[in-house]
This record gives sequence, C-alpha cells and structure tokens, in this order.
Amino acid sequence: MPHIEAVTCPVCGCLCDDIRLRIEAGKIVEVKNGCAMCESKFLGYCGEHRLSKPLIRKNGELVEVSLNEAVKKAAEILAEANYPLLYGWSSTSCEAIRIGLELAEEVGGVIDNTSTVCHGPSVLSIQDIGIPSCTLGQVRHRADLVIYWGCDPWSAHPRHIERYTSFSDGRFEKSEWKGYLSKTKALIVKKKIEKALKRVFARETPSLSPHVRREPPPTLFKEGRKMIVVDVRRTRSAETADYFIQVEPNRDYELLEALRLLVRDEELEVEEVAGVPVAYLEEVADLMIRCNFGALFFGLGLTMSRGKMRNIDAALSLIRDLNTRTKFTIMPMRGHFNVSGSDTVFTWQTGYPYAVDFSLCYPRYNPGETSAVDVLLRGETDASLIVASDPVSNFPRKAAEHLVKNPLIVIDPHVNATAQMGDVVIPSALVGVEVEGTAYRMDHVPLPLKKVVEPPEGLISDEEILRKILSEVRKIKAGKMEES
Amino acid sequence: MTSNQRLQAILITGRTIEQGVGKEKGKTSKEYLDGVAICHIDPADLKKLGIKGNVNVQISTIYGSVVVKAVESPRAPHAGIAYMPYGPWANAVIDPDTDSIGMPSLKGISAEIEPAGDKPVLSLTELLKSQFGKEPYAPH
Ligand code: SF4
Repeated sequence: MPHIEAVTCPVCGCLCDDIRLRIEAGKIVEVKNGCAMCESKFLGYCGEHRLSKPLIRKNGELVEVSLNEAVKKAAEILAEANYPLLYGWSSTSCEAIRIGLELAEEVGGVIDNTSTVCHGPSVLSIQDIGIPSCTLGQVRHRADLVIYWGCDPWSAHPRHIERYTSFSDGRFEKSEWKGYLSKTKALIVKKKIEKALKRVFARETPSLSPHVRREPPPTLFKEGRKMIVVDVRRTRSAETADYFIQVEPNRDYELLEALRLLVRDEELEVEEVAGVPVAYLEEVADLMIRCNFGALFFGLGLTMSRGKMRNIDAALSLIRDLNTRTKFTIMPMRGHFNVSGSDTVFTWQTGYPYAVDFSLCYPRYNPGETSAVDVLLRGETDASLIVASDPVSNFPRKAAEHLVKNPLIVIDPHVNATAQMGDVVIPSALVGVEVEGTAYRMDHVPLPLKKVVEPPEGLISDEEILRKILSEVRKIKAGKMEES
Repeated sequence: MTSNQRLQAILITGRTIEQGVGKEKGKTSKEYLDGVAICHIDPADLKKLGIKGNVNVQISTIYGSVVVKAVESPRAPHAGIAYMPYGPWANAVIDPDTDSIGMPSLKGISAEIEPAGDKPVLSLTELLKSQFGKEPYAPH
C-alpha cells in the first residue's frame, strides 16, 4: 500500500483531510498537501522524543515498568484521591474522551479540557449571546469578506486561508492568491529599494510609522474576496491581508464597540478609537455592511487580552448587528485538532463543554471555580491525570507548581514537560497515525482519523489505556465496598 | 554603548510557526528550545537596551523572571511590545489571575526587559528542575 489518500491531519483545528502519504516499509516517507506542522508530525512522529515504555517514579526517579504495573499504580492514585483533576483531551480522539468522562464520574473528580485556557471565554460568551455560524465549506464557497481578529492563521492554522477562505477557489467566490503574489513581489521590490537607499544615504528610511495607521487602500473596494486582519502586531497574516488594522494592546473591546455603533449608523464623537482613526473605521463598517457574505474568525488575541469574554460578547454582538443588514458569520479559531470534539463530547455526556466537577456525584459547571487553573491555584486537587496535553508548559507557573507537587499521571505519546515531571507515565499510540478515532473540525464537522502505520510494539491507544485504568479503579472500589 | 539598560514593555504571548513545528518535533528538541525560549523585540527597543539580536535577556514581571534569547522582531515595528511564543519559558512570567472565568491572562502583561549578561537560557529539563525541584525524566 504505497499511497494513502485523504488522510486527516491530526495537528490543528483545520483538520485538513486531503493529506496524501507515501508509506514504505511500514514508515511514512512522504507527505503531500500538508503544511510545515503537518509534515513535522507525520515525518517526525517516531523520533527520539517518543515515549516508549511505561514509567513510574521510584525514589525520585522515573524507572521503566510494565504496562500493568503502571495502570495499577495510576488506578490506585485516582481511587484514593479526594479531588483529582483529569485534564487535557484536546489532542486525542472523541472515543478516548468518552472514557475519560466516565472515569471522572467514577472517581468524583473535576474534568477539564484545554478550552479552559484558550477559547473558554468564547464558550461562555456563546452561551450568553449565541453564535451565527456555518461550516467552513460555506465560507469557502461564499464569503466575499473575511476578517481575522486577534489570530494569525499563517502561524497557527497554516492552511486555513488556502483551504477555507481568501485563497480557496469557491463555487461563487474565486481565490485571491494571484493578487497576493503580485502584491508580495511589489513589496519585495520596495524593500530592496529601501535597503539600497539605506546603504547610499547610510540612514534609516522607515517605511511605516511605529504604529501602522494606513488608511484603507483603494483595493479594499475592488470586486472579489477581501481580507482584513485586526491585530496588535503586523503578523504574517496581516501582510497577506488587503487591509491591516493595528489595534492598541488590550483595546479590542473599544474597537469592536466602535464598529457596532458605526454599523448601526450612529456617530462617534472622537477622532480615533484604540489607535485607529474613526474615518478609517467608517470605511471598514461600510465594507462590512455592503458585503454579501462576511465571515469573522477570532483567536486568542481576543480571548486572552483584557476583557476576555467581554471582548467575545462585543464580537458576537457586532455580528448579530451586522446580520440585520447582510449575512455575516463568526467562528473561533480552535487550536488543537480535537478541542471542538472535547467540548462536544463533554456536552453530550454531562451537559457542559468543559470545567465539569463530579465531586458531588452529579456534573456541576462553574468556570472560574471548577476550571483547571483555578482548582490548581487554590491548591484543591490532590492528584491529576493528564491526557495528551502539557499543562506544566502551558499553565501559569503557580498552577503548574501545585500540579507537580501532587501525584501526577501522564498519558502521552511524547516526552513533554508534564511527562518529565510525572509520577506515572504511560506512553500511547498516536491517534490519527497509528490508531484511528474521530475528531471535530473547528466548525464542528466530525472527521475520521485514520490509522496509517502500525504503532511501535507494546503501545496501545489512549482509549484502551483509559479503559484499563477505569476497570482497575472499579475493581479497587468494589474491593473497598466488600471490606466495609 | 551601555548594557545595563532596562526597558518597560508590554508582553504578549502567542503562537508562532516555529513553535508549532518544534512542538510536533518534540518538546525536548533543539528546534523547540530555539523556537520558544525567545523573545521578539522591536529593533528600536533593542537599541534602547544597547544590544543586538541573539543576546540573552532577562524578562521580569511581578509573577516571575526568566532568561531567554532576544531576537530582532521580524514583525516590527511594534516598539514597546515584546512577544514570546507560548511555552514553559513564557509561563514563568505570565499573570495567573483568571478573572474568575478560568482563563489566565496571557496577553498584555507589563514586563521589564534587561540584558542578561552571561546568564544562560535554561534548557527545558534545567528549567523544570529549577522551577519545581523534582527530578525531570531525561529521555535518552
Ligand atoms: S493547517 Fe492544520 S490541519 Fe491543515 S495540514 Fe496544517 S497543521 Fe494540519
């Protein structure tokens, strides 16, 4: 079987399902259609950073043990804990997440996924306001105005623009790739001239002021797809855009509210908002109202900066306002390949998308109280199970400290900071490469993850490991019942 | 040129393609260290600090302090804003407060940057050991 077509890439929320792999002697040797992150995953998955043997910390050091011993130890820790945290889930299959939820209920712990530190505020806000959304296919075929706010798809979702928005060839809207190429060429020439001038005059000729305050270019009003980027930095995506709006850090809320006023034809009595002249904003608002089908994608630039969920409130409200004048949709740019799936499976099973507490034997949801970072900062947990995630790297240091201080069970295919700090470490087979499963794309379309090669000997999927731990926990609990 | 300058900046953390690729290569890889234990600084700010790119700097906030490599920002100009990719180095200095909604504050933290002299950038294993005082697993 030399070639495998239509493989789903298990890296980011774009979940591109057009990857073509060439397999030779049981190894992936060539990746077609993928971006750099995808290639890195499919070609480097079996590198030296792979965990190969289960480990248990004995006398302060992690030593190799059998799978059964590691599973038993993990089950003991979880069964004994009063309030364990079960965290991660966004980089594994929906099937594994389902077992994780069962385990959380069984041990009366708190279960949370990585939404809590990425689009948690978006979820809260969507619950308050609602979200006019659509699938990415709709955007690809119809959107004539695409706005990326506080996100940099070139870096985090490298094929998003090419597959789903401005550079994709849709049924009703054409790709803007050619226009972009000629623009880039012109930019390179301009940079060369500037460099030459700099050499001749030995002085700097800054082409842009420190804060970019360019007025909307005439090309913004051309026919065809248009792309606007709003960010605090001139990212690579911003350079691709037809128009880049540089917002001052932590002032997105004001800018969104200003746009709302303008969309509702109200006057603004100031010269500029968040560092952007109102005259420019008026043109942008005009463009938004006049488009046929607009799509706004937002990222962590909105959810993580000051205002957090209130920023998302404003963004969702702006889109709601716009829908009284035209068709507009909005979507969060989900990072991990199955973070949407985590939210979805959590919701099926418990009624809530993340931060679910089972300590009272029924699911409770109160982000800020039952969310991972908060229970850690308050020092409430007494053990943790981390699946396919790296909170020691990703959580604020104080939260990570509490995590590391207590018994820490890690299930992951790779060595990462959390595994390095673990007390029980169980390596798993890579879902989407060595085992199959299901994941949800950022627009909530479920896609199958394929098995393309055999896993290294002895490695089983997250799902199977969790099943083993769950059955072991049940045995321990049954034993205790008999004793008493 | 003075090298004991301090710079007040707003620290933003975020994703970069190097971090994304390094992350898939493995978190103990050199690619990950090179892509993540860094801080993008505006050329004008580097000048204020009296240093060039590729020099170690110490980033301090009220939450902690960490040494990373200063890299001349490819996305300049953004004077006064310093940018660090997500990762354990950035997390040593970010604001843990979740404003009661579960989400720590990872963007827009005020920070102080100064040249680190000969203080080295710690590898992931060294950083973990110094932060948590537990022996990290060292893969062969
Ligand atoms: S954009 Fe995301 S899903 Fe698509 S190939 Fe790249 S990493 Fe994979």
